[in-house]
Amino acid sequence: MHTGANVIGLEELVARIPDGASLAIPPDYSGCAMEAVKALIRRGCRNLHLIGVPSGGFQADWLIGAGCVTSVEAAAMTLGEFGTPPRFSAAIREGRIAMKDATCPAIHAGLQAAEKGIPFMPLRGILGSDLLKHRPDWKVIDNPYGDGDDAIVLLPAIQPDVALFHARAADREGNVWIGVRRELMLMAHAARTTLVTVERIEDRDFLADDAMAAGTIPALYISAISVVPNGARPVGLAGVYPADAAELSAYAEAAKTAEGFQRWADDVIFAKVSA
Amino acid sequence: MSSRNTDVSRAEIMIGAITRMLQGLRHVAVGNSSPIPGSAALLARAISGGSLRVSLLGSRKHNSFTDGGRELFDCAAQGRIDAFFLSGGQIDGAANINLVGLGDYPETKVRFPGSFGSAYLYHLIPRVILFREEHTPRTLVPKVDFISAAGVSPKNEYRPGGPYALVTGLCVFLFDKERRRFRLQSTHPGVKSANVREATGFDYIAPTTVPITEPLKTDELALLRSEVARQVAETYPAFAAKTWGVVNG
Repeated sequence: MHTGANVIGLEELVARIPDGASLAIPPDYSGCAMEAVKALIRRGCRNLHLIGVPSGGFQADWLIGAGCVTSVEAAAMTLGEFGTPPRFSAAIREGRIAMKDATCPAIHAGLQAAEKGIPFMPLRGILGSDLLKHRPDWKVIDNPYGDGDDAIVLLPAIQPDVALFHARAADREGNVWIGVRRELMLMAHAARTTLVTVERIEDRDFLADDAMAAGTIPALYISAISVVPNGARPVGLAGVYPADAAELSAYAEAAKTAEGFQRWADDVIFAKVSA
Repeated sequence: MSSRNTDVSRAEIMIGAITRMLQGLRHVAVGNSSPIPGSAALLARAISGGSLRVSLLGSRKHNSFTDGGRELFDCAAQGRIDAFFLSGGQIDGAANINLVGLGDYPETKVRFPGSFGSAYLYHLIPRVILFREEHTPRTLVPKVDFISAAGVSPKNEYRPGGPYALVTGLCVFLFDKERRRFRLQSTHPGVKSANVREATGFDYIAPTTVPITEPLKTDELALLRSEVARQVAETYPAFAAKTWGVVNG
């Protein structure tokens, strides 16, 4: 098929994520590029600033466990029913990573500001939370359209260097269909570079079909695509394949210690044959 | 038959108490990791004959949002959501909740997942129901170590939302907005007022006579254990299996 899409190999894709980049990732239930994260770890990536949109799960914990991460901004870090991410918890306890605690809509609003090309976004709520004390970059002003007594929080734009996620399909033009998972659209709009892994490339144009177009990120926002079938395993891809509970549970158990994580990574990420 | 099918479990008592608080509302949203509130919302919808709209995060069948992660929050700020649920690793007597961790932030000795949307939704949704099954001095404390979301605000702050009640494994408290404290509303069957006092780390208003938490009616309980249990199983399979022996279907 003719393709206008910028389709490259997985190693080449993750080579576009430089050390020190700010990297936006979706939560486990959205569309996670798990195979790309493994490739990033194999490359030995360092000093990432992770942005959970709005929370971080397995991908974040893998990257932290592998020493790829210096700081994290997220509204929460969770493995869902598998508990608190163990490598994240250990890194916090030992002061090895900096955590910028946020709240979900603050992350969305920061990305929306970047999407609009404006420096900040106001948001209701948050006043009185200790989050505000620890976020000097969040400011409180008086609503300039109010009657002079209406405090409101301002959040700086969040423009990630890179957004990385997995989706069901791209078309021959490089448009990416995400369906109802529109936080992926927000990430792509906001980030400087958007890298996507997909289950497959379809020989058609999603934008020619209104039913598909509404859930499609135009190629305009997509920097490069890799075809990685099952690329969201083991967290799963809604409507395509479920989470692999046994594998996720095995990770949560193994990663309770640094040694356990290393053994897990040798096996699952580096595929070393144990002696 | 197992006792599960005859006796009303503690989870079902909590679900019943929450269900009562949702009657007559238009739209209730439920966050992630909230099987008891999720069950109550789906039961309240079934009892309402479908006039109550439920947005259950994490569900594909019982969630109509189409604009990504932000839509719940935008919807809340516009006043389109009447009730929501929050929990906390710690909850204090002024209804502050801590979802971040124990000890001195940021190097917390025990780290919880994080604040999620609490710092925002607590201010914007009129009826926020706190829930925490474990009712001990460890969870219900005089003062939280970290305020993820504040229970009360200065009068001049924009705040259409806030705490309405706290439902635990032992009792129901309602939040008294004027006095900025909880009031013991009812105790679950078999629980005495003194048991609640012993298990609670914060002070609260306790009337001399405290009623028993009103149980679900027989037909409501039957609805919960059949149709609603199957709906719950879609999003919370482990909870539905443990509570009702129901598998996703």
